[in-house]
Amino acid sequence: MADAIKIGAYVCKGCGIGDRLDTAQMAQVATRDAKASLAKEHDFLCNADGVKMIQDDIASEGLTHVAICACSRRAKTEAFNFGDIPVTRGNIREGVLWIRPETDEAQETTQDMADDYVRMAVTECKYQKAPHANEEAKYERHILVVGGGLSGMTAAIEASKAGYPVTIVEKTAALGGSAAKAWKGIPQRAPYADPEDTGVDALVAAIEADSKIKVHLSSTVTKTSGAPGRFAADISTESGSTATENFGAIIMASGYKEYDASQLPEFSYGKSSNVVTQAELDAMAKAANGGPIKTKDGKDVNSVAFIQCAGQRSDKEGHLPYCSGHCCLTSIKQAMYFKDQNPEVDTNVIYTDLRTPGAGGEDFYRSGQNKGVTFTKGKVNEVTTDGTVKFKDLILNEDTEEKADLVVLATGQVANSGVDIEVVGQDEPGQWQTNPESVLNLDYRQGKDIPLLKNGFNDSHFICFPYETRRTGIYTCGPVRRPMDAQQAIEDATGAALKAIQAVENSGKGRAAHPRSGDLSFPNFRREGCTQCKRCTVECPFGAIDEDEQRFPKFNEARCRRCGTCMGACPVRVISFDNYSVDSVGQQLKIVDIPDEFEEKPRILVLACENDAYPALDMAAMNRVEYSAFARVIPVRCLGSTNLIWVTDALNSGYDGIVMLGCQKGENYQCHFVKGSEIAHVRMSKVDDTLQSLSLEPERVEIHEVAITDIERAPQLINDMADAIEKMGMSPFKF
Amino acid sequence: MADIIATNETILVVGGGISGMSAALEAAECGKQVILIEKSPSVGGRVNQLYKYFPKLCFPTCGFEINQRRMKGNKNIRLMAMTEVAEVSGDAGNYSVTLKTAPRYVNENCTACGDCAAVVETEFADEHNYGLSKRKGAYLPSRMAYPQRYVIDPAMIGTPDADKAKAACKYGAIDLDMQEESNTITVGAIIWATGWKPFDANKIQPYGYDRIANVITSVEFERMMDPAGPTGGKLVRPSDGKEAKDVAFIQCAGSRDRNYLKHCSRICCMASLKQSTYMREQFGDEGKASIYYIDIRAIDRIDDFYQKVQADENVHFIKSKVARIDENKDNGNPVLRGVNTEGYDRYNNEHDLVVLAVGMEPSVPAGDFPIKVTVNEHGFIEQDEANGGIFAAGCSADALDVNRAVQSATASALRAIQVVNRVAGTEG
Repeated sequence: MADAIKIGAYVCKGCGIGDRLDTAQMAQVATRDAKASLAKEHDFLCNADGVKMIQDDIASEGLTHVAICACSRRAKTEAFNFGDIPVTRGNIREGVLWIRPETDEAQETTQDMADDYVRMAVTECKYQKAPHANEEAKYERHILVVGGGLSGMTAAIEASKAGYPVTIVEKTAALGGSAAKAWKGIPQRAPYADPEDTGVDALVAAIEADSKIKVHLSSTVTKTSGAPGRFAADISTESGSTATENFGAIIMASGYKEYDASQLPEFSYGKSSNVVTQAELDAMAKAANGGPIKTKDGKDVNSVAFIQCAGQRSDKEGHLPYCSGHCCLTSIKQAMYFKDQNPEVDTNVIYTDLRTPGAGGEDFYRSGQNKGVTFTKGKVNEVTTDGTVKFKDLILNEDTEEKADLVVLATGQVANSGVDIEVVGQDEPGQWQTNPESVLNLDYRQGKDIPLLKNGFNDSHFICFPYETRRTGIYTCGPVRRPMDAQQAIEDATGAALKAIQAVENSGKGRAAHPRSGDLSFPNFRREGCTQCKRCTVECPFGAIDEDEQRFPKFNEARCRRCGTCMGACPVRVISFDNYSVDSVGQQLKIVDIPDEFEEKPRILVLACENDAYPALDMAAMNRVEYSAFARVIPVRCLGSTNLIWVTDALNSGYDGIVMLGCQKGENYQCHFVKGSEIAHVRMSKVDDTLQSLSLEPERVEIHEVAITDIERAPQLINDMADAIEKMGMSPFKF
Repeated sequence: MADIIATNETILVVGGGISGMSAALEAAECGKQVILIEKSPSVGGRVNQLYKYFPKLCFPTCGFEINQRRMKGNKNIRLMAMTEVAEVSGDAGNYSVTLKTAPRYVNENCTACGDCAAVVETEFADEHNYGLSKRKGAYLPSRMAYPQRYVIDPAMIGTPDADKAKAACKYGAIDLDMQEESNTITVGAIIWATGWKPFDANKIQPYGYDRIANVITSVEFERMMDPAGPTGGKLVRPSDGKEAKDVAFIQCAGSRDRNYLKHCSRICCMASLKQSTYMREQFGDEGKASIYYIDIRAIDRIDDFYQKVQADENVHFIKSKVARIDENKDNGNPVLRGVNTEGYDRYNNEHDLVVLAVGMEPSVPAGDFPIKVTVNEHGFIEQDEANGGIFAAGCSADALDVNRAVQSATASALRAIQVVNRVAGTEG
């Protein structure tokens, strides 16, 4: 604890607090029990006068910390901001006043609750330091882009336009990627009527002309170490030479490969040269260079059948379960290659659902219809080697067939998303064909690439936050994250470039990335106490922690997202943050007044995730949903930061029950720190041993998944615990 | 209002929905100065009115909480609610923008204690619930409203109720003399993120939205699922309050149709698939959904959600553009008439309730945009060099789902940063 701490505690009387509670007593509790240097009441603390009073006290009394006992920390946040002075909040309005009935019987326990929140807010102050950026923070503006296709080139040029130097590492001998192989692109501007130039040549030319962009062709990234602001990447050429360069942030744009059509023997792929994939047709169109597209054996094409979803949206083994998004538009584009050349050519797109969303998509579809492209809702079962397409016409509900000179299979995109670090070393392979080659070769404790989602696509799993990967400062774009067409890839790459720039700026100032954006704290580590158990390095949801040569954890502050999962994991409690620590919570729960068992006032410790459960309780309060006056709620950064010592200490100090409220875990996780909630559940499953050793009922400790919308349920879970305590009786550990 | 500090290195974001908030936050977290304006009293936009997102079935307020916290902690963002753009002139790197801020009649002293609302009796249609319920004339727009500050409905001004509200406020927060304010500021770049509005279902005459009580829109259906919504989270029929256990969803209601919106609104298929899961959530095996569609556009990796819904035997798919809806006068049931194009069978199907999956109409003032930008025939802003330093984000650019809207917003933030960095001369 820092010396010369001087805490000012302020008790607001506004919003009815002064009418229902003895605020003078609360102020007295602050100085007498929690040892605040001064405590004041105010009628209306958040207005200009109240705020000025605090500012004046800071100036004249030399306050180092301020405890605001008023409304929730989620309210009036801007008013109670005193720069470097750490501020804690006692949630008297939403946490006490609004969840308790205004009755005489309830008065005493309601006042007890308020008094405790004052004690807790002041105590939390004692374990707060104004965080300052870590000394390892480095400002490196250089951005690495892995992949020189459309996505990678776009990301590079857009970052460069904002003033940031970029290095592109491209595996092949030329820039352009898959997009360069297409004859024309799907239109990206109104009137969305005709195939248009892919724009790849212009982009390549722009990159070559840009002095801020450096390109390594025939090269791969063979090792990436460091952290945002100080990444070091080994760039190795095919010939074997390696150069190491430093980067502030990384964009992964390694694209896709076309699904292997040889897995579709039912469509005669490989058996007939007149059955081709979309990519092959584009190559044929490119070769024809505006002239008529001929079959591979040089014959005229008078009829073309496009088979949508070839090997896609299928649960057959070896097929892709998903839709690749671009193929309907691509087939329309390719049908136009023929129609624009010779309207007499029959082009039939056989589809189950035609997916051309948005304004441009639908216009292009309509343009295809206007040009005479036929669209048939049907499911293709077989293509024979002579080009007979056998399908079920879903409109006429009958099996039928047609012969085509050329059959085009709309096969899907398979992401080049790197190795699946979570199944490496396991017996069971993933559901999809995992990529054997790493893209980034991260020298990280937790593996070489970015963790994958279902079907081999990279993060993010969040709908609201599409760029949040689990590797800070490394952003993905293009078909590695979901199958997509060129227009989406361009938009996505531009967004990823912004995130990379943001990572550069944040890491330069030592600021956290999403979701605790701007937080300057980072894990402090007391090396001498560490037992090298490795729990922190294994559990960090963001792969931030490596091990140094002596096998101690190495924290890589700029990779850290400040969730505190490492702090929760540490059995010897050597990890803490300046503004959040085992003590900042642990001492709060200890200062709570625990009446002896004859008073029949049990105490329930509620550890609530500040992202969802705590707001849910606040909103329950706004709706005046009541809950037990015996609850003492402490917000935590993530349930993953919950250290078992809090549970043990609470039980030993006579709490009668503990309720932990975290976010949804599992495949559809909602935890903002990805694994925190899940890890907390695993950790707490071991709490039974502690309970047994204390001869306490297992029902005294409960952990739940709660959503922000659970404004009825979250209070109910607390009340359920109160009921359970009533049945079980009070804890015997009250002294 | 405190002075607005803006220079030609400032980015103006117009619209505080998920796209505008995201664009503003992403730019501000790169260290840029941002002014975020929002027409209504609170940010959050359309998504704040949704019960759940597809395909994860998670809650939009969860991300909104994070975005609010990002905003509260970031001094680079200046949020101005109830504010719209009146005029724009200038060029990239140097725009002069006149902002009009409507009176809220509540100042920053408001603690959101709710005393004013408690004494006010006058009620108005609640915009947050698409008018399906009432709110007081002094109100907090939603539980998640940010700024967390009450509003006095302008229609209250001059009434005794307004005076009662003022008298009830202990903090001098109500100022009934507040006037519209006009501010002209200089900014370097503008991100236009005014989102979308649901297509006016009244225009689709054959579907009888204006005549048949039990024909509602998808956005209204969404509000019914909210436990704090107009029906307390119950799926009930507007005509008689009976549980709506057999619901028909009509796709492309106003979309992909030359008479209405020509474009595909992208989200409606997934939205109806999502809403079909509400039936089981609410009624278990008794909940039935029938989806009348042209194509199910469950695009790319979220196709698995479609597959999951298809596996539910209580969800039926009928490939058909419904021709007409009539009402069975005996029981209030809407009767759908049309032809199932898979097999060409005519149908006359009765359901408890019909939900029109209404299309997305961009809220871009196409005819009178305050400065010259390229708007396509559908009303979306095209990406065009000629737009200078004005960039569309989210559904001002195209019909997008939330994930894509945020990607678009993030991209637009970079485009704006490129302009202001050029102004600052820091682009290298």
